[in-house]
Amino acid sequence: MASSGISALDALTGGLPRGCLTEICGPASSGRTTVLLAALAAATNRREFCVVVDASDALDPHSAATAGVELDRLLWVRCGEGASKSHTTEAGITSQSAFPFDRVKLRFSEYRLEQVLRATDLLLESGGFGLIVLDLADLPIQAARRIPLTTWFRFRRAVENKPTILLAIEQYPIAGSCSSLLLQLGAPDHARKEIEPTHADLLTGSKITAELIRSRLERKPARSVSFASKTAWAG
Amino acid sequence: MPFACIYIPNFPVVAALRATPELQTRPVAILEGKPPLEKILAVNEEARRLNITPGMTKTQAELCAELALRPCSALQESSAHAALLDCAQSFSPCVEDSACDTVILDLAGMESLFGSLPEISRAILDRATALGLAANLAAASNPDAAQVAARGFPGITVIPAGKEAEKLGSLPVEVLFNDRIEGEEKKIAGQILETLDRWGIRNLRALAALPEVSLSERLGQQGLRLQKLARGRAARTLVPAEAPFVFEEAIELEHPVVLLEPLAFLLNRLLEQLCTRLGSRALATQELRLTMELSNLTGIDDECENAGIPSESDQAMWEKPSSAGNGVLLSPARQTQFTRRLSLPLPMLDAKVFLKLLQLDLNAHPPGAPIVKIHLSAEPARPRSTQGGLFLPPSPEPEKLELTLARIAGMVGEHKVGALELLDTHHPEGFRMRRFVAEVAHRVPQKKAPDSEINSAVTALRRFRPPLRATVTLENGQPVRLICRKNDVQGEVLWKAGPWRFSGDWWEREAWSRDEWDLALRDGDAVSFYRLVHDLLGGVWFLEGTYD
Repeated sequence: MASSGISALDALTGGLPRGCLTEICGPASSGRTTVLLAALAAATNRREFCVVVDASDALDPHSAATAGVELDRLLWVRCGEGASKSHTTEAGITSQSAFPFDRVKLRFSEYRLEQVLRATDLLLESGGFGLIVLDLADLPIQAARRIPLTTWFRFRRAVENKPTILLAIEQYPIAGSCSSLLLQLGAPDHARKEIEPTHADLLTGSKITAELIRSRLERKPARSVSFASKTAWAG
Repeated sequence: MPFACIYIPNFPVVAALRATPELQTRPVAILEGKPPLEKILAVNEEARRLNITPGMTKTQAELCAELALRPCSALQESSAHAALLDCAQSFSPCVEDSACDTVILDLAGMESLFGSLPEISRAILDRATALGLAANLAAASNPDAAQVAARGFPGITVIPAGKEAEKLGSLPVEVLFNDRIEGEEKKIAGQILETLDRWGIRNLRALAALPEVSLSERLGQQGLRLQKLARGRAARTLVPAEAPFVFEEAIELEHPVVLLEPLAFLLNRLLEQLCTRLGSRALATQELRLTMELSNLTGIDDECENAGIPSESDQAMWEKPSSAGNGVLLSPARQTQFTRRLSLPLPMLDAKVFLKLLQLDLNAHPPGAPIVKIHLSAEPARPRSTQGGLFLPPSPEPEKLELTLARIAGMVGEHKVGALELLDTHHPEGFRMRRFVAEVAHRVPQKKAPDSEINSAVTALRRFRPPLRATVTLENGQPVRLICRKNDVQGEVLWKAGPWRFSGDWWEREAWSRDEWDLALRDGDAVSFYRLVHDLLGGVWFLEGTYD
């Protein structure tokens, strides 16, 4: 097990398991990226090399640096290059999906997804990384659910008995039983705020709630935990 | 003090066979001169058995169907000579570059490293064979005796000290002259050989037995010098050569190469030779430079059609122009040279990895025309040395990592994979991508933060790239409603903070000035936080990211 960078999460789960797939799910603004950067900071401070396979090219370098990530040890794979070309040439192709959504958007997401999965395969084969993150947080759920379970199984087998942590950030759980640890991050409790936050307090004092949905490893008595998050300029 | 001489008989043939080893078992002849007056310069043993001799014309040689004719290539001879020097330098620091096909080494002090003289000789010859050089090697107590013995005896010859005359006696007098001499030297050598032949002097024993005074009266100092060589008593010091630090291999092709697969085959051969030469000097490389000469094609070329230019379904190396609809190359190749430079993050020496990296690079950047000549050079570098440790965290193997990064770059784009470097600017996207290297200088570990700080995490921003255009409704200059069609983000602004004004680079063409807002928008039962930006120069509103 390795520290996630947040002591409350470590107390809940025992840390992030090595040689296993961990899923962290939650809606927008639930703290997924915060937890992701904390895990990267902890791993790079342990002198491990890390990879972020970014399906949506959403990583903010300044946030990463502020969170304490050693950027020299971080490999960033920004998916989506050339997607606009495939978008224009394939716009006329009928999608085979049954979901009633924009066909062109699906094609764009599928292209990124293909890049994410192939890049992950290559990186797992190459080996030597302490933490590999699949950032699928902004991928439409319909596209993310198209990843077959066999792919997740293959990833899990590739990382088994290795010191690598494989971490997937998503909106909803999609890896099924292939993930050894599943954390659900709750929406922030701002909706329950009765008093409108002041100008300076908008992004301070937020609480992130993490619920342990599944753990194939050590059982812990606590099932959920809350921890605070604040922006770098909050002081 | 022993000396060794490495001599390559039929040097032009050996140089050509280095580039095309599949011809080793066939009769081969090298041509020189301009058509139609080409003549045979050198032949190998198989061709000699078929009565093909140097001096024959091309027309005469072509009567032999099995014979493979190749043009003389200065480039290949230069590579072979460089390989010969590398081989010698890997054993001794004192090497004389006597001729393009001959080097002499000083073996003093080598016994403690390589063993006895026969063992050293075997090791040298094995190294030369590994470099593709079919050579003779002779060891003797003086350089000239070693040189004469190498020219006369095939394989390995070791002459004990004091037995030079006895050992060299049976050799013909022709071995005293280098068969690559030209001009006046060749003329004088011819005259001397003719004179010796008239006297009935056919071997070195007979020459050594001639009276010195009479010989000097008839042949002068040159005759005395030749007699000393025949007796094995010539004494001189070696003139060591400064070994050029150039590692290059080249090959000229009979037919242009149009497919990636045969090109990869040729590159593999060149890379293996380069790596062997670098390895023999205990060096690695951090940069490879591939230069290919392209054939000039204009319009639909009949020669190319006859040569079987592949259709689009084959792995053709040139990009099909958009105006072409039938898969035939139409665009004229204006450039005659195509160069690719492969920079490695760390010194490496693995031919397979280099080949794969070159293949991936050529797939991404095809040359655009058939290739007629390939030149590959490597920048030598000291090999890396890493100290392993039981308790060190894992790190990726540099060779595997380089291949993986090349493959990923082929998918997502070259500038979309790598490490991050923050720039010294306040611009929100003030960073650049740089090469990822799995070797980082160890930093002093930061002080552990107090527990209260560990318990709170730093809120991160997820960026939208590119930022999303938004339509914002203002009230008293404050955003109250927002519509962003792209990501279906819309609604009343629940809470807001801002604006914070940022600007910069006002002295550059790309000046920027913006107001930033942090907003909370209701999203069903949840609340999502966004960063809204008003570009003051363009007057446009953007959603830059979400706080997550």
